[in-house]
Amino acid sequence: MKAASFNYERPKSVRDALGLLAKAEGEARIMAGGQSLGPMLNLRLVQPPLIIDIASIAELRTIEHDGDALVIGACVTHADIEDGRLPDVTHGVLPRIARGIAYRAVRNRGTIGGSLGHADPAADWVTTLTALGASVQLTGAAGQRDLAVAEFIQGALQTALRPGELVTAIRIPSLSSTARFGYAKACRKPGEFAHAMGAVLIEPDKVRNRIVIGAIDTTPIVVNDSSLFGGATTHLTQQFDRALADRLLMQAGVTDPAARHIHVSVLARAIAEATA
Amino acid sequence: MTDTAPTVPDDRAPRGVGARLLRKEDDRFLRGRGQYVADIRLPGLKDVAFVRSPIAHARIKAIHVPAEYRDVVFTADDLTGIKPIRAVSGLPGFKISEQPVLAVGKVRHVGELVAMCVARSRAEAEDIAASVELDLEPLPAVHDMRLARDPGSALVHEHWGDNVFLETNFEVDISAALDAPIKVTREISTARQCMAPLEGRGVVATFDHRLDQLTLYTGSQMPHIVRNGLSDCLGIEQGCIRIIAPDIGGGFGHKGILLPEEVCLSWLAMHKGWTVRWLEDRREHLSASANCREHAYNITVYADRDGRLRGIDCVATVDSGAYSSYPFSACLEAAQIASILPGPYRMPAYRCRTYSVATNKCPILPYRGVARTGVCFALELLLDAVAAEAGLEPGEVRLRNLVQPQDMPFDNITNKHFDSGDYPGALRRALTAIDVPAVRARQQRGEPDGRLIGTGVSIYCEQAAHGTSVYAGWGIPMVPGHEQATARLTPDGGLELRVGVHSHGQGLETTLAQVAHEILGVDPDKIRVILGDTAMTPYSTGTWGSRSMVMAGGAVGTACEQLVARATRIGAKLLQLAPEAVTWREGRACGPNGSVGLAEIAHTWYRRPQDLPNDVDPSGLEVTGGYKPVRDSGTFSYAAHAVTVAVDPDLGEVELLDYVIVEDGGVLVNPMIVDGQILGGLAQGIGTALYEEMPFDEAAQPLATTLADYLLPGPTEVPEPRLFHMETPSPYTMFGVKGIGEGGAIAPPAAIANAVNDALRPLGAELMQSPLSPHRIVAAVLAAKQASSP
Repeated sequence: MKAASFNYERPKSVRDALGLLAKAEGEARIMAGGQSLGPMLNLRLVQPPLIIDIASIAELRTIEHDGDALVIGACVTHADIEDGRLPDVTHGVLPRIARGIAYRAVRNRGTIGGSLGHADPAADWVTTLTALGASVQLTGAAGQRDLAVAEFIQGALQTALRPGELVTAIRIPSLSSTARFGYAKACRKPGEFAHAMGAVLIEPDKVRNRIVIGAIDTTPIVVNDSSLFGGATTHLTQQFDRALADRLLMQAGVTDPAARHIHVSVLARAIAEATA
Repeated sequence: MTDTAPTVPDDRAPRGVGARLLRKEDDRFLRGRGQYVADIRLPGLKDVAFVRSPIAHARIKAIHVPAEYRDVVFTADDLTGIKPIRAVSGLPGFKISEQPVLAVGKVRHVGELVAMCVARSRAEAEDIAASVELDLEPLPAVHDMRLARDPGSALVHEHWGDNVFLETNFEVDISAALDAPIKVTREISTARQCMAPLEGRGVVATFDHRLDQLTLYTGSQMPHIVRNGLSDCLGIEQGCIRIIAPDIGGGFGHKGILLPEEVCLSWLAMHKGWTVRWLEDRREHLSASANCREHAYNITVYADRDGRLRGIDCVATVDSGAYSSYPFSACLEAAQIASILPGPYRMPAYRCRTYSVATNKCPILPYRGVARTGVCFALELLLDAVAAEAGLEPGEVRLRNLVQPQDMPFDNITNKHFDSGDYPGALRRALTAIDVPAVRARQQRGEPDGRLIGTGVSIYCEQAAHGTSVYAGWGIPMVPGHEQATARLTPDGGLELRVGVHSHGQGLETTLAQVAHEILGVDPDKIRVILGDTAMTPYSTGTWGSRSMVMAGGAVGTACEQLVARATRIGAKLLQLAPEAVTWREGRACGPNGSVGLAEIAHTWYRRPQDLPNDVDPSGLEVTGGYKPVRDSGTFSYAAHAVTVAVDPDLGEVELLDYVIVEDGGVLVNPMIVDGQILGGLAQGIGTALYEEMPFDEAAQPLATTLADYLLPGPTEVPEPRLFHMETPSPYTMFGVKGIGEGGAIAPPAAIANAVNDALRPLGAELMQSPLSPHRIVAAVLAAKQASSP
C-alpha cells in the first residue's frame, strides 16, 4: 500500500507549526516521528491533505529542570531517553521503559510526545507517565495549558487535544528517594505491542500509591488508593486483591477471562517488583 | 621478521558431493546485487494496482469506473479471450472450481481481483483503484470449514450443491482395532497460515514483437508450469510465451501457483502493448493471495496396554478456500493427509476420511511440508496421549511402534514405500541428547520462578522427489516425469548447467556445481548454473516437494557422465589412444603415459577442430541428460526433534530452553546447506507452533492484515538447536541423496506442543490447537482449574 497524496510541511518553530495547523482548519495531521502515523498513511487508514512534521523543531527537543520536575520537549526520541541524554529524575525508570519500546529503529525516530499524542493504549509511555503523575504541556494559538496524562488520554487513540493545539512538552515530577516503581508487560515477542501492562508507583513518604493497568482498549485503569491491597500499606504483594483487579478489568470492558488473568498476573509482577 | 603466510586456496580440498562448499551465489546476495522481479527496470514501465473485493461473498451488481479513468481500468468485461484458471484433479468426485482472473458475477473471498488499474506509479494506480466503486450485494459467508458441510450452509459455488471439493476414504480393516484397551480421541486443529517469504510475488510483463513473444518476469518456483497455465488461460501457443523467474527471495510454496495477476498482466502486455508491473505488498500477501495449512482432525488412536498401536481412525477436514489453485489443486492437501498420517509407525488397522472444503477464503496451496506439518502435529500429539494413558514415556511408545532398520525398505499400511533409514536410532539419539531423565528430575524439583518445565519429542518422515507414479494418481495438471539437465562445456573449459528447477534460497547453484564437479572434475568456480528461464532451460515441473537435489542433481550427474564419455573420446584422439585405453580422472582424460585436460579438449573441439581427425565423435560437448531414480515413489528423509520448554502458566509464555534435532537426509551433497535448510525450517516450525495465525471473523474477513497482527518468529524466538546428522543413503538415487528441503518445518509444532502439554500435565491442561498462543495456554489452564474445582 502507498499513501494517498498529501502535502508536507516541516516547520522550524512551534509558532510556524501552530500557524500551519490553524490554516488547515482541522484537516492536518501532526507527525512527530511517524512510527505509527507512517504505517497508517500507507495503509490509507488516514488520508490527511497536509502533514506537519514537527520533528525538526529545535525548541521541541529541549530538556530543562523546572523546580522539582523535568520538562522534556515533545520531540525527544525514545532513543534519547534510552541512551541517557537527559538527566534522570526517576531513578532509572525512564531509560528502562524507553529501552523496552518496540525496536531500536522505532526508538531512533519515535518521540515521547508523538507517542502520547497518538494515544495507543498499548504504548509504554501512556501507562508509565500516568503512573509517574506526569503532565503534558499543550500549546495552541490561545496559549499554553497543562493536563495530567491521566486526563489527557481519553480513550484508545483519543486525547484531550483541541483543534489547533500541539503537545509541546512533558513534565515529569522527580521521584523521591524512597519512591518505588514496578513495571511489567506481556508481549508476544520482544518489541511487539503489549497485550498486558502494569505500572506501580509507591511513595511511602507521601503515603501514596498509583497503580495503572494499561494495554486495554480504552484509557488505562488508574487506582490512586490502597483499595487493591485491602487498605494495607505493607506486605502489598501478599495483600494484592486479584479479584478486585479482575473486577476493575471487567468494568473496563475486558470480558475475556484469560485476557483478564494475564492482565492481573502482569500487574502482580509489577507490584512484586515495586515492593521487592 | 615473520609475515603471516597468505592463505592459499587448497585445490585438493574436497569440493564435490559431501563438501561444505561456501555458496557460489552468496557473493551477489550478500552484496545486495541479487536481481529480483522488483529490480527489473524496463522502458515505459507502468504500475498496476488491483481493486480487490472488500467482502468475502457477494454478488457483483455493478462496477463504477470514473469516466476519466475508463482507459486505464479493466474489468472482466474487458478481458477478451481469457479463460478462467482451472486446476482439476483426476480423483473421483472432485468438483471443479473456475477461478476467473477478474471476478465475474460473484466475489468469493476478500481480496479477490475485481479490476486492474494502470498508472505511472503504484501510488497513482492505488489512487485510481480507490476511485472505483463496487456495488456489491453481500451474501452469507462460509467462514468455518467445520460448518461448511452443514445442510443449509451458504454455497461458495452454487451449482455444486454443497461445499466439498473432494471427499476421500481409505480403510484397512478398522474393526480389528476397536477392542483395543486404550482408546484416545481428540479434536485437533491447526491455524490458517501465510508463508511470508521475504520477497513477495511480483510480475513484470512485456511483449517482444521481434520474437512475437510475451515475456513475463515472475517470482516463480516453477516457470515452465506457469507457461503451461498461461498458455491455457491466454489461449496462445507456448512458443509465444517466455517466462523468466530471476532471483527469488524465498518460495516455500507461495511461488508455486499460477496467479490471476500473471494472467491479467499478460493480457495488458498483449492487448494494450504496455510494459506493466505488479508487486505484491504485504497486505496482499497476507489477506488476498493464498494461505495454507488450515486443518481439523477428529482422530482416535487405538493401542494395547503396552503402547503398541492397534489402529488409527481419523476424519480430517482441510479448508481449501474458494478456488482450486493451479497446479496443485484444492485437494492435494487433504488427500495427502489420508496417505501420510500413519508415517513410519506400524499398525494393523487404519481408516481415514478426508474432506477438502470450499470456504469464502483465499485459496490454499502447499506450504513447506505440505500436509505433513499438520499430520505430524495430529499424530504425535495423540501418541503422547497414548503414552499418558499407558503410563509410559512418550519416547518409549514411539520406540515400540517405529519401523525397525532391518525392515527397510518398508511399505507402511498406506503403501508408502520407505526407502531406508533407522528411525528408532534417530529417536534414541535425540532422547539421549535432550536427557529426558534430567528433565524429569528438574520437574520434580520445581522452578524458583514458578514456571513449569516440559519436554516433548516428535518424529516425521518427508517423502521427497516423488514422481510420475505418485502424481499420475492425483491427476492434477502437473505430473513430473524424467528430469533433464543440459551440460555444455565452453571453449575455455568452463561448464554451463541448464536446469528447469529453480533456486530460491536452497543454494542449488552451489550444490548442482558440486555434483558436476564430482563427475566431471571442473573447478566449481568455473561452473555456471542457469535457472529460471523457459527459453534457456529444459522443461521441468520446477522446484517443489524437496525434489530438486534428487531430480535435477541426478539429471546434472547423468548429463555430466555423458559429457565425460564424449570428452574421453576426444581426449583419446588427442592422446592418440583407443577410447578404451583412456580413463577420466579429476577432469582429465588419462592414458598410460600422459593425459589431456578438459580445457584443452574443449579448446580443441571448439577452436582448433583441425587438430581432430575426421572420424571424431561429432556429437560435441553439449549434452542434455535425463534422470529418474530407480524407483520414483520418493525418498524418505526423517528426523527426531526433541525440545525442553519452560511454560509460564499465568502469562501463557513459552520459552524454548533446549532444542535437539537428529536428522537423516541420506547422503548430503553440502552438509552446510542442509544445516541451513533445517535451521530455516525450524524457524518456520516455531512460527507455526507459537505465533502464526490468520484468523477470520464470521463474515470471513481476514483479521491479520499486517505483520503487527500476523506474527513471525524473529531472532529472539528461534534458539540455536543442537543438530546431529545420520546418513543412510537412499538405495534408489544417484549418490544416495534424499530430499531434505521441508523437514525442518514439519516436526517443531508437534515437539513443542508435546513439551508444553508435558509441562502443563500436573495442572490437567492440554492444548490441541496451534499456535499455542499465550491466550490459548492461559485459557486451557483456567479451564483445567475450573474443571478440577467442585
